[in-house]
Amino acid sequence: MSDAPQEIVDASAAPPMFALNDVRVSDQPLISIRDLKIHFDLGGGMFIERFAGGSNVRREVKAVDGISVDIHRGETLGLVGESGCGKSALGRAILRLIEPTSGQVLFNNRALSDFTKSEMRGVRKHLQMIFQDSSASLNPRMTVGQIIAEPVEAFRLKRGAAVNERVGELMETVGLSQRFMKRYPHEFSGGQRQRIGIARALAAEPQFIVADEPISALDVSIQAQIMNLMERLKAERNLTYLFISHDLRAVRHISDRVAVMYLGKLVEIAPAETIYDEPLMPYTKALISAVPVPDPEAEAARRPVVLKGDVPSPINPPSGCHFHTRCPYRIEKCKEIVPPLVEIKPGHFAACIRISPEQPVIEEVTQGDAPGLLRATESVTAL
Amino acid sequence: MNRLAIFGLVVVGILVIVALFAPLIATHDIGATNLGDRFMSPSAEHFFGTDATGRDVFSRVVYGARISLRVGLIVVAVSAFIGTVVGALAGYYGGWIDSIVSGYVFNVFLAFPGLLLAIAMVAFLGAGLNKLILALCIIGWVGYARVIRGQVLKVREYDFVQAARALGASDMRILFRHVLPNAIQPLIVQASLGMAGAVLSEAALSFLGLGVPPPAPSWGVMLEEARDLATLSSAPHTLIFPGIAVALSVLAFNFIGDGLRERLDPRQRSR
Repeated sequence: MSDAPQEIVDASAAPPMFALNDVRVSDQPLISIRDLKIHFDLGGGMFIERFAGGSNVRREVKAVDGISVDIHRGETLGLVGESGCGKSALGRAILRLIEPTSGQVLFNNRALSDFTKSEMRGVRKHLQMIFQDSSASLNPRMTVGQIIAEPVEAFRLKRGAAVNERVGELMETVGLSQRFMKRYPHEFSGGQRQRIGIARALAAEPQFIVADEPISALDVSIQAQIMNLMERLKAERNLTYLFISHDLRAVRHISDRVAVMYLGKLVEIAPAETIYDEPLMPYTKALISAVPVPDPEAEAARRPVVLKGDVPSPINPPSGCHFHTRCPYRIEKCKEIVPPLVEIKPGHFAACIRISPEQPVIEEVTQGDAPGLLRATESVTAL
Repeated sequence: MNRLAIFGLVVVGILVIVALFAPLIATHDIGATNLGDRFMSPSAEHFFGTDATGRDVFSRVVYGARISLRVGLIVVAVSAFIGTVVGALAGYYGGWIDSIVSGYVFNVFLAFPGLLLAIAMVAFLGAGLNKLILALCIIGWVGYARVIRGQVLKVREYDFVQAARALGASDMRILFRHVLPNAIQPLIVQASLGMAGAVLSEAALSFLGLGVPPPAPSWGVMLEEARDLATLSSAPHTLIFPGIAVALSVLAFNFIGDGLRERLDPRQRSR
């Protein structure tokens, strides 16, 4: 066994044998994501392409590569990561706007892939989305009233004059005057358009909303307004959010838990405050230290962790731990072993072989040592 | 709008007025032959002169506008409708539907020279205005289908279409309320160019004796009747006036089409 050539073992692809969310095991998760993979085929690999001078290696982008996570009722899960890491693909797959390559999304314990197309339309009532670019996500040829009325009509929630009444109500809820019902999206500011998008998402009375970078396109002052609106609506309507963003300050403000994504994989999940105050992963530390501190003296005094290099291409991600090319703490084993997401502290999960529940602080681990390695290989051999 | 497009609009406007009020504008009965007045040159009595059987050319050109516009409008409306439906379904559903429709059907139709196909079809169906219109529709719809398919492919990836899907809108609702209204613009350009094509094809087929049968005052028929050398040398006006009518109207529709294209496509505006 020990003589066998060391293989690259993808432990994180295995169904999670460790409880991901035993913090709040008592309640059923609203959304469960189980080993979800979304691979986009870029072509190549066809026999004939060799003659055409192309590559005969099939190329795919692994936008989401084996993610498992639960989202609990009433929770806001923040999802952060650099652009291109697969955040949006994950969000859209939860709403089945993208069909996953493999893995499952469970809503109230039922797999979405089990629903037929027409059943799925009924389920969509409960799962809604807020988009990043509010000007692209609103049909330029429909009035605001028609846009917000669309889900009301699609799900036959109201009829006739009651539709308009409902639209007016929703507009007031998100802080727009119902006098604007007959106007077109281009007549509004970015913040107002985002309110329209939120009103539309609320129209079907959903339980769960994916907010895909909802504030990234807005001015800072407007960002705060929109976040406050989202928080108020969450409290009033018992909503559950998946809040996707690359803005760490925003995510910290609005989230109960934060998940960090890197090249298609989750690398760390923890309660929002914990992940900011005591991040475990070197990548998370770098992300957090990239946020400037508002106090100029403190900013000058602090020494941010600067990562070397760019995000590697998701077409050919690095072997083993995807982060090893940029990680200051990497050892040889990191190139070989895909680290599983392990509960290092209660409710705090991280995917790194160099830390373990016994030695959670990577800076304090003896050089070259990998206390998490045993656990990683254990879960592989247990397969 | 550029000047040529305005010129086009004016000419088409005149054409429409002439066609609508043809009975008021025409000075003579278009069927009345008068062998004593053959090949008369343009005069105050006969603005465009008379033809081989003494019929008033001006009145016949005026009524010819009716035939040309009628053929153009029906052909464009029918082919645009069929093309839109086929192109939208192919573009929206994609997959095997699209690969059959755009991969085979489009290419087969486009591989034929259009006019030749129309000639073959009229030869097969027989001459006549309705058959001519049918033949022109059969060769015409593919152009619209191709334009719409391309647009639908683009628009269906827009965020608001994704949003509508997430909101639970049905496929038909997404297609008709979200995709098509935002995909239809280039169709207007295609339609005005299509008008020019239809008018020209009608004249060409009638000229060849494959369109509207002779007594009817089609511009193509008038050209055909004036095409022998004796007529050309002794009474060129019988050829010139219907010829100008065809050329002007085709030019006008083309100018409008180009003007619209330029206006709708900002990348071409800075020329």
